[in-house]
Amino acid sequence: MAISTPGSSAARRGYEPWDDPNATPILKIAALSKSFGPVVAVDRVDLNIFKGEFFALLGPSGCGKTTLLRMLAGFDRPDSGSIMLDGADMTAVPPYRRPVNMMFQSYALFPHMSVERNIAFGLKQEGLPAREIKARVAEALALVQLPDHGKRKPHQLSGGQRQRIALARSLVKRPKVLLLDEPLAALDRKLREETQFELINIQEKVGITFVIVTHDQDEAMTMASRIAVMDRGRIAQIATPGEIYEQPNSRYVADFIGKVNLFEGNLVGGETPLVRSAEAGCDIVLADAPGLRAGQRLWVAVRPEKFEISREPPPPGSTNCLSGVVWDIGYLGDVSTYRIKLDTGKMVVAAEANRVRRTERTITWEDRVYLRWTPRAAVALLN
Amino acid sequence: MNNLSPLSELTERWLRPAVERVPRGLAIGIPYAWLLIFFLAPFAIVLKISFAEPQLAMPPYTSIFEFLNEAGDYFSVELNLGNYLLLIEDDLYWRAYLNSLKIAAISTALALLLGFPMAYAMARAPERWRGPLVMMMILPFWTSFLIRVYAWIGILKGEGLLNGFLQWLGLIDQPLAILNTDIAVYIGIVYSYLPFMVLPLYATLEKMDESLLEAAADLGCRPFKALWKITVPLARPGIIAGSCLVFIPVVGEVVIPDLLGGSETLMIGRTLWSEFFTNRDWPVASAVAIVLLLLLVVPIALFQRHLLVRAEATR
Amino acid sequence: MKRGMSPINLTVLTLGFAFLYLPIFILIVFSFNESKLVNVWAGFSTKWYGEMAANDALIDAALVTLEVGLVSSTLATILGTMAAVLLTRFGRFRGRTLFAGMVLAPLVMPEVIIGLALLLMFLSLGLSRGTLTVVIAHATFAMAYVTVIVQSRLMSMDRAIEEAAQDLGCPPFRTFLNITLPIIAPAVIAGWLCAFTLSLDDLVIASFTTGPGATTLPMKIYSQVRLGVTPEINAISTLMIGVVTAGVIAASLINRRSHRRQGRADAPPRPA
Repeated sequence: MAISTPGSSAARRGYEPWDDPNATPILKIAALSKSFGPVVAVDRVDLNIFKGEFFALLGPSGCGKTTLLRMLAGFDRPDSGSIMLDGADMTAVPPYRRPVNMMFQSYALFPHMSVERNIAFGLKQEGLPAREIKARVAEALALVQLPDHGKRKPHQLSGGQRQRIALARSLVKRPKVLLLDEPLAALDRKLREETQFELINIQEKVGITFVIVTHDQDEAMTMASRIAVMDRGRIAQIATPGEIYEQPNSRYVADFIGKVNLFEGNLVGGETPLVRSAEAGCDIVLADAPGLRAGQRLWVAVRPEKFEISREPPPPGSTNCLSGVVWDIGYLGDVSTYRIKLDTGKMVVAAEANRVRRTERTITWEDRVYLRWTPRAAVALLN
Repeated sequence: MNNLSPLSELTERWLRPAVERVPRGLAIGIPYAWLLIFFLAPFAIVLKISFAEPQLAMPPYTSIFEFLNEAGDYFSVELNLGNYLLLIEDDLYWRAYLNSLKIAAISTALALLLGFPMAYAMARAPERWRGPLVMMMILPFWTSFLIRVYAWIGILKGEGLLNGFLQWLGLIDQPLAILNTDIAVYIGIVYSYLPFMVLPLYATLEKMDESLLEAAADLGCRPFKALWKITVPLARPGIIAGSCLVFIPVVGEVVIPDLLGGSETLMIGRTLWSEFFTNRDWPVASAVAIVLLLLLVVPIALFQRHLLVRAEATR
Repeated sequence: MKRGMSPINLTVLTLGFAFLYLPIFILIVFSFNESKLVNVWAGFSTKWYGEMAANDALIDAALVTLEVGLVSSTLATILGTMAAVLLTRFGRFRGRTLFAGMVLAPLVMPEVIIGLALLLMFLSLGLSRGTLTVVIAHATFAMAYVTVIVQSRLMSMDRAIEEAAQDLGCPPFRTFLNITLPIIAPAVIAGWLCAFTLSLDDLVIASFTTGPGATTLPMKIYSQVRLGVTPEINAISTLMIGVVTAGVIAASLINRRSHRRQGRADAPPRPA
């Protein structure tokens, strides 16, 4: 899978309130838990989300991300913990009295109402004057670039148009936080990629805090200012897309985001942190090893594209050098991935951009190859 | 919303949620109360009266509770088991029960035998035909039950159309006596209850993936064996539902045995009916109803579990 | 399916539907018979329809039946819809199992038992027997059918639609009126029609729960049928069949049109 370059919107804005100890989060979730019978869906989650963020809850299905979102919307009642929104306790407030809105995975457009009435529905509940409702509906339709579709019924729209109307309907009330439950899951791949950027633009335009639930790592990486990776009801890591990719804090996160090769080993004491790994078949030099003790068991994570593949044998006694035989080649157009069986028996994946035409490629099946990487390209993981 | 005055704190925290809960309370309360009063409580009363004795008054049964002083401090309960003893001693009743169960079982089997091929053929019909076919199956259900039973009288009579037709064909010389026999009752029951069997069967068969049969054929299974090994087991929920929908009401059937059956066609619903309307013995009628209900508790529970399990499964 | 129907299936369906429809067809034909004998065709005549129209007792019974049917089916629809909402939208409240059992039991409970039980209840409540008691009785047992029909529609509806309404600031009860009810309306109407025909059709429960002056059409027909077959009854039957058939066909057309109009936009999303 191609990983989009993590040019997150937050980085573009140069806006990083989570690093500022004085910033107050707009959404403060503390020790939130929810069980369904014996299944713990959300397990003591703490989370701070700041105004204007595009925050992604990422994880496989069943990790509790949707339950967390539904508790923020008020559809599921937490067993314990609290949700503070802009200083007010929302924990026991019913969904129809929360200043948050949600965009549903199924869009949940009212099938018996026109597009206009769908969008106006939330404003009518506030009892706004008809003239203002009309103006705001028109504004919302313009925002999603469907100004002429107000009179249509939902079933007369395409999937992409329904998605936009659902977005307009949930934005028109100007919620303090907009919750998006897999908003792009029902779109086909090409439309999904276009819509990702459009969502970023709209979010920047309206300045509303977005919390998005997704199982698609590309989507989270492309759009989010920060990502919370969830695992069985708990948050495994919260960080910017770049940090999540380059500095995962666990094997779970490293493996969930992109592809990774893991080498189990033990830290050998010394001036430069050195890892002895039977799996790798060579010693591995780490760039740094803060807080690590000698003899500690750890995993060295190397992303496939960090390897440099070569048919030339390195000088004997080299560190950070694996040797093996090409087992399989996957040609993806822009990159090729190689499955390489190391002499130790372990299978690793390496990727290389196809800078030259395929016919001129030099590495082929059953070639003996050598994989090298720089110490900074690898990360040591303790769990 | 953070700094609320005491009054608005009161309304926000207690009054408003309480008012908002009123519709919810009513939505639970009204249908619940209705069913308790008009469905569950009546059975308690039937049970009570089944222990009373008949008397010539209105209501025509004795009270089983008696207050021994004016203030009602003491009262006695007099349970009269005579009605139940009668059901055991008089073979009319238990023969009627057994015969009802027999007729219901045979009719259910006949309806299944007739209904399964129909449901199967409907489920395998081209898609655009299925809607109209289901419609055609439902339509007789909407027309009066009584009228449909009545229609058979004219056909099955001694000088009726069926005998006329058979005589015209030269198959018989003398008209067959069909009306007022058990055969007429079977015909009437299967005819009236067939849609109840076909529709649940159709619902399960229609959902069945046809490629399962193709896979079976591909693996060398002959069509008849595939029917038996694949289609029938997969249709089990429909078979159970359809059989319950036929068997249970037929055990208590009144109109069909009365109009099509003979005087010797004993069925317990008819017995209950005549105890009540002809003999005006309400306590015995109540006892008959209680025992009938006990007989049907198992199939009714089975059917309900089936409905609930299906409801949970589709959630 | 690519091919048409196999010859065996076609034969099965032809014979099966002939079995279902032939008696009704014969009944209709003989309602136009000149002769009083229902098995000998003596020429076309509509005189039995004239006699039927002149039969005051029959007309009275028809009016009672219509009144009972309209009121009881409306009551059954309201109660049944509430029960369906209760079963599908209220989660696990206390006493849910008992409720589900009570609401579905009349679907299969023999009518003699329901009739007897309700009559004894009315007597102990001190309600005098008449139109009102028949209405209550019919509403109680027809409610089960409405519940099943509306419940299945509610279950196939995407819950997110109701959640979206609440999310946009609409309290639950208003959500039900403004969102849920319009979407399930075809099922509610179908439930009403079902309750109405059940009421028109019922003989046993009405016989138990009725009182003097409230004889329904099925009771009237039943007492006449026991005396023998007459073309006049064929005429009434034909009329009732005609009305019901027209109603059912109209309802299914309305249902199909609204279905097509709404598309499946309200169906829940399929898991990927």
